[in-house]
Amino acid sequence: MAAKTPRKNRPFDFTRIVVPKQTDRRFYGHGIPGVDAQKLHGKLIVVEGCDGSGRSTQIQKLTDWLESAGHATTQMGLKRSTLVSEELNLAQNGNTLSHTTMSLFYATDFADQLENVIFPGLKAGRILLADRYIYTLMARDLARGSDMGWLQNLYGMALIPDVVFYLDVSAEERVQRNFAKDFALDYWESGMDLGLSREMFDSFLKYQAMVEKEFKKLHKTYGFTIIDGNRSPDETFDELRTKTESVLAGT
Amino acid sequence: MTKTFAQLGFPGRLIAVEGLDGSGKSTQIYLLKRWLQLQGLRVFFSEWNSSELVKSATSKAKKRELLSPTTFSLIHATDFADRYERQLVPLLRAGYLVLCDRYIYTAFARDTVRGCPPNWVRGIYDFAALPDLTFFFRADLEVSLNRILDGRPQLKYFEAGMDLRLSTDPYESFRIFQGRILEQYLAMSGEFQFLLIDANQPIEAQQNVVRDLIADRIHLDAFRRGQTVKGS
Repeated sequence: MAAKTPRKNRPFDFTRIVVPKQTDRRFYGHGIPGVDAQKLHGKLIVVEGCDGSGRSTQIQKLTDWLESAGHATTQMGLKRSTLVSEELNLAQNGNTLSHTTMSLFYATDFADQLENVIFPGLKAGRILLADRYIYTLMARDLARGSDMGWLQNLYGMALIPDVVFYLDVSAEERVQRNFAKDFALDYWESGMDLGLSREMFDSFLKYQAMVEKEFKKLHKTYGFTIIDGNRSPDETFDELRTKTESVLAGT
Repeated sequence: MTKTFAQLGFPGRLIAVEGLDGSGKSTQIYLLKRWLQLQGLRVFFSEWNSSELVKSATSKAKKRELLSPTTFSLIHATDFADRYERQLVPLLRAGYLVLCDRYIYTAFARDTVRGCPPNWVRGIYDFAALPDLTFFFRADLEVSLNRILDGRPQLKYFEAGMDLRLSTDPYESFRIFQGRILEQYLAMSGEFQFLLIDANQPIEAQQNVVRDLIADRIHLDAFRRGQTVKGS
């Protein structure tokens, strides 16, 4: 890909603080016992995308911009619950979890953050920025042969976000970004547990293609807002910001 | 799943016991295990909430009272899945008699009492096959309660259902909680063909009934050590 000339983003606007417009709020399924969705006033913005798609960079930019614009933000991500994140890491390092167990362990982690991070944040009127949501968990499980109906029942507990941005970046570009960051590929992100290839590089490409395919299917069901992430971070952010502005304005 | 291991063509058989705390079911399954083992049969025993992997998370969470009905349900499902995939299924493939002290019905009853939607809970456990035989030990509520409460034990927070805010008194909370679980068990007894055992009977009388039912329904000779396993 030809190198892009870096350019500056639109300047932040410090003068006008917009109060986000209230919209209807629902769960995908039955939700969580005793939780009234209508009381969750804040906004839930999800950024999805395969590894190396630039999610964390974009979330940082979103945070800076939103806070400059007077909005209180909270970030959440997978495997960050106080409840099970430690054990999940331990189990992953030993590669000892079988498929359904792993899936439910992640669901536990997600539920804990839903109840202890997302709900309180939204109740207080904050903007929740989720670095991945149930779609990553579903895509990973579907690539490992899980049943869609089973997953939809399980994640019927999840709140429907105000918007789901999907950062679409070519696999080749993502490999390069992964190497530029750590000079290494991760065991799980390469799907090494699936025995696709003994070589990590090949396995990474194959696995990521499988996950991407599942994301495409999920897009049909859940309707993501696709953002072309092959551009420079600033260019990508410009679009993300414009679209977020209309989410906050309720348009 | 709506099929048993036998219906799915497994050479092994799964026998589950269910009942309230204090119903005497653990004593009964222990005696059952001894009987089968001492005959030289291939037996494996598995207990609810015992996967090493998940245990540290569960016990930490319980100590700090960190669990909501949803995470309580999910963490137990995780524990069950770990035992199911790593132990129960392989052993049933290898032609074992697998004895489970509590199975998915415990989750169905408890999680529903805690307010989780019944269909959600059942859907989560849908990956698991049904037991070939399920014994339900039915004691009078007062008898079970007294067995547990007589020693005035230190009731644990979740065990007493304190998270449900039924009462500020742990003993009173435990009583109400157990009563509701019993209702749930009885409501699904017919649907899942529980074999009801009168747990007010002497230990020996109950064990007689259990052994007779098993000998009648399972061809035990096929589970003898050294015997070739068909279809594994």
